[in-house]
Amino acid sequence: MSATLTDKRRAVRDPHWLRGLMIGGTLLAAGLLLLLPLAVIFIEAFRDGWRGYLESFNDPYAWQAIRLTIIAAAVAVPLNLVFGLVASWAIAKFDFFGKSFLISLIDLPFAVSPVISGLVYVLMFGLQGWLGPWLSANNLQIIFAAPGIILATVFVTFPFVARELIPLMQEQGSEEEQAALSLGASGWQTFWRVTLPNVKWALLYGVILCNARAMGEFGAVAVVSGHIRGKTNTLPLHIELLYNEYNSRAAFAMASLLALLGVATLAVKTIIEWRLRQVQLASLEPSTVEPS
Amino acid sequence: MAFKLKSRSVLPGFGLTLGLTLTYLSLVVLIPLAALFLKTATIPWDRLWLMISEPRVVASYKLTFGASLVAAAVSALLGFIIAWTLVRYRFPGRRIIDAIIDMPFALPTAVSGIALTALLSKNGWIGRYLEPLGIKAAFSPLGITIALVFIGLPFVVRTLQPALEELDGEAEEAAASLGASRFTTFVRVIFPSILPALLTGFALAFARAIGEYGSVVFIAGNMPMKTEITSLLIVTKLEQFDIAAASALAVVMLLASFAVLLAINVLQWRIAKRYRGVM
Amino acid sequence: MSIEIKNVSKTFGSYKALDNVSLTIADGELVTLLGPSGSGKTTLLRIIAGLESPDGDESKVLFDGENVAQQSVGSRQVGFVFQHYALFKHMTVFENIAFGLRVRPRSQRPSREKIAAKVNELLKLIHLENFGARYPAQLSGGQRQRVALARALAIEPRVLLLDEPFGALDAKVRQGLRDWLRRLHEEIHVTTILVTHDQEEALEVADRVVVMNQARIEQVGPPAEVFHHPKTEFVMDFLGQVNVFRGRVEQGQAVVGGVRIDAPAMVGAPAHADRTGDTKVYVRPHDLQIARHMNGAPALAATITRINPAGAVAKVALATAEGEAIQVDVPFEKFRELGLEKGEQVYVAAKQARVFAPEYEI
Repeated sequence: MSATLTDKRRAVRDPHWLRGLMIGGTLLAAGLLLLLPLAVIFIEAFRDGWRGYLESFNDPYAWQAIRLTIIAAAVAVPLNLVFGLVASWAIAKFDFFGKSFLISLIDLPFAVSPVISGLVYVLMFGLQGWLGPWLSANNLQIIFAAPGIILATVFVTFPFVARELIPLMQEQGSEEEQAALSLGASGWQTFWRVTLPNVKWALLYGVILCNARAMGEFGAVAVVSGHIRGKTNTLPLHIELLYNEYNSRAAFAMASLLALLGVATLAVKTIIEWRLRQVQLASLEPSTVEPS
Repeated sequence: MAFKLKSRSVLPGFGLTLGLTLTYLSLVVLIPLAALFLKTATIPWDRLWLMISEPRVVASYKLTFGASLVAAAVSALLGFIIAWTLVRYRFPGRRIIDAIIDMPFALPTAVSGIALTALLSKNGWIGRYLEPLGIKAAFSPLGITIALVFIGLPFVVRTLQPALEELDGEAEEAAASLGASRFTTFVRVIFPSILPALLTGFALAFARAIGEYGSVVFIAGNMPMKTEITSLLIVTKLEQFDIAAASALAVVMLLASFAVLLAINVLQWRIAKRYRGVM
Repeated sequence: MSIEIKNVSKTFGSYKALDNVSLTIADGELVTLLGPSGSGKTTLLRIIAGLESPDGDESKVLFDGENVAQQSVGSRQVGFVFQHYALFKHMTVFENIAFGLRVRPRSQRPSREKIAAKVNELLKLIHLENFGARYPAQLSGGQRQRVALARALAIEPRVLLLDEPFGALDAKVRQGLRDWLRRLHEEIHVTTILVTHDQEEALEVADRVVVMNQARIEQVGPPAEVFHHPKTEFVMDFLGQVNVFRGRVEQGQAVVGGVRIDAPAMVGAPAHADRTGDTKVYVRPHDLQIARHMNGAPALAATITRINPAGAVAKVALATAEGEAIQVDVPFEKFRELGLEKGEQVYVAAKQARVFAPEYEI
């Protein structure tokens, strides 16, 4: 639409020199600031070729970190996925007092610095925390252990699915659900057959963003982990460790995994956005043929 | 329209879903955050004041907020150029650029942190050309600012894009038909209508920068009084088991970012009111 | 199935959407609920469907004499057609229509073949035999509306409820669907209630029209009756165009600007046949006649300000010396014969007028 806007309409067109300058600036900024950091990760990781790269993975601690990262994401993502569905049903399909306040509360973890996200759990469950004495009396450990890492991950990824679903479901309204109910469907049938298929792309979108953040979280996890090599290191924490030990090749090799995850996330996100736009366009422009 | 709003009540599951939402929200977010404020409230006032005003802490505030402000401003400028280019021009590679704008969102902060450090340190690809010029890009406030620009840029671009797409060109054509030059049209017609989005993007980038940790710690150098950001200072206090001081600093930062977000909301509310008033 | 609504009220917060409404609908009848937006017509329809619950216990909705006020929408077996169709976007036309049969509990669910047969029969009924595999996005507005109707009919509803079904369509499609709906109703004879704000649609399609305004029912009756014998000022004003004059009432006749007009039906106030003071006198544009000269008959002098001759009647706008605007519909034949022109001074006489008793409530 805007292609014709800039190309065909004279009053809207910028002079050539400006156009060149802006495009040049954009390419330069994107290249230096966005592409170069991405490139440097792989180049550093492959500094000693494939063999050097693979050698970096010959490290049991690395595999342990990868395992813990996957576990944390495997708990946090489904929890926040279910939460997102439940919360968006309550918020989008019903009216109640304090709704917009509730939406702000759900977004709260985005406004909290990652370091603070970890800190609050230390205050809850750490040795000097509210529940610390009770936990240590019962021989339970949350901080400096896997549960703390999982909790911190749940916190920082908390809003991702909900914030994708709520606006979409609010916009869609509940007429289709009412139609399903009027046709005799039960609440569950309505949810599974009507609501869920209507939000599936946004749901997927939320889940991949949630997953990328869960696997890549650094600050919050750093605070609760205790950095016990082989026990409480996630992949990002292991990268920090290697980097600080001047084992830069291994650090970048690990980083390359997360960078690939990031690139894959972007790719899926772009495809979903494209799909969503297609769906939107299709529903906006019905065929105009009207056979009777 | 009152009847449309209430009409949703025939759907089942309100009590169950709202109950679950509130429970989970409380357990994961609200109670832990409340713990932070409660912890800080137990600190006597005079001690609290000392904690949040010792020189090392104040230096970290200055660095954090100063670098965040400069970075948000640079992000706003760069973000405007990129958003304008992406919305208004067609050129090869446009869609790729559009897609990779979100790279800083998708890349884990620790990964961005070591990548930027590798680029900007004195042996790095960019750093080695800056070194002879006397510019120290890594382990300096400049490095911190660059990392924060990286983090803040997508916020500005993504809030500006929809606002620019909404300008359908008619207002510009009207201005041109009334005899305004392209420059005047930009200053008087285009800029005012995208200013709210630009401010929102700026504020979002600023809020994010204040709390940023992962992408900054590697490049910062972390010299007390010089290149130590507040987030890092919280971690340091925690590692020294000074939990009270860590909490106090955390509350200061939380209040600061809440203030910024509140400002965004007020701004958007006022703009929404202005436009609704016309209808 | 017959429907009886007794003393139904509904408030949303401080907004009163329905105020003690009662209405009876006979089995097999096609009734339209007509009124401006905010009159409560959609709320009434949604209460009948069970999509909304009425206030209090005195509000009753009876289906064949049985109170269904406490039953959920799913168990009432109503076919509801939504204003914006509410088709399931991710399902094909076939799946949309089959939905109500497929979600039945296993014990009541028809076999796969029976469902397919039923859906195909309905597709034929809505003239979309070859569209079963399409998605709603690939249909035109009128086609979507018919699919929504077929989907509602699939569950063999006891009553068909249509909420502004043609509101979002353009004029020509709307006319076609209206005729089709009327024929369909004659074919399947299910009790049908249709909500509309379009008076032409309401009058054309219905056995009976229910005119609503401000949460109340103003008048119920066959189309001809509500059109020709409106009981209230609102109905007079809402159904078709009307000229409103300031005048008086003397001996059962309306007096406007010294001209007496027969006002046979002094609705609501036979006892006040003689009334002093200003009152509103209503005259339909087709009840006015234009003449070049005063031929003894009482008439108002007026000047032609605008003529729109495009249509079966020529619409002539006039203004009196006092500046009051008058609208007259002149049959086209008559218009040609008179050869009226803008700016001409003519005489306007009324065949009949209508005066309503003032409302004392205020």
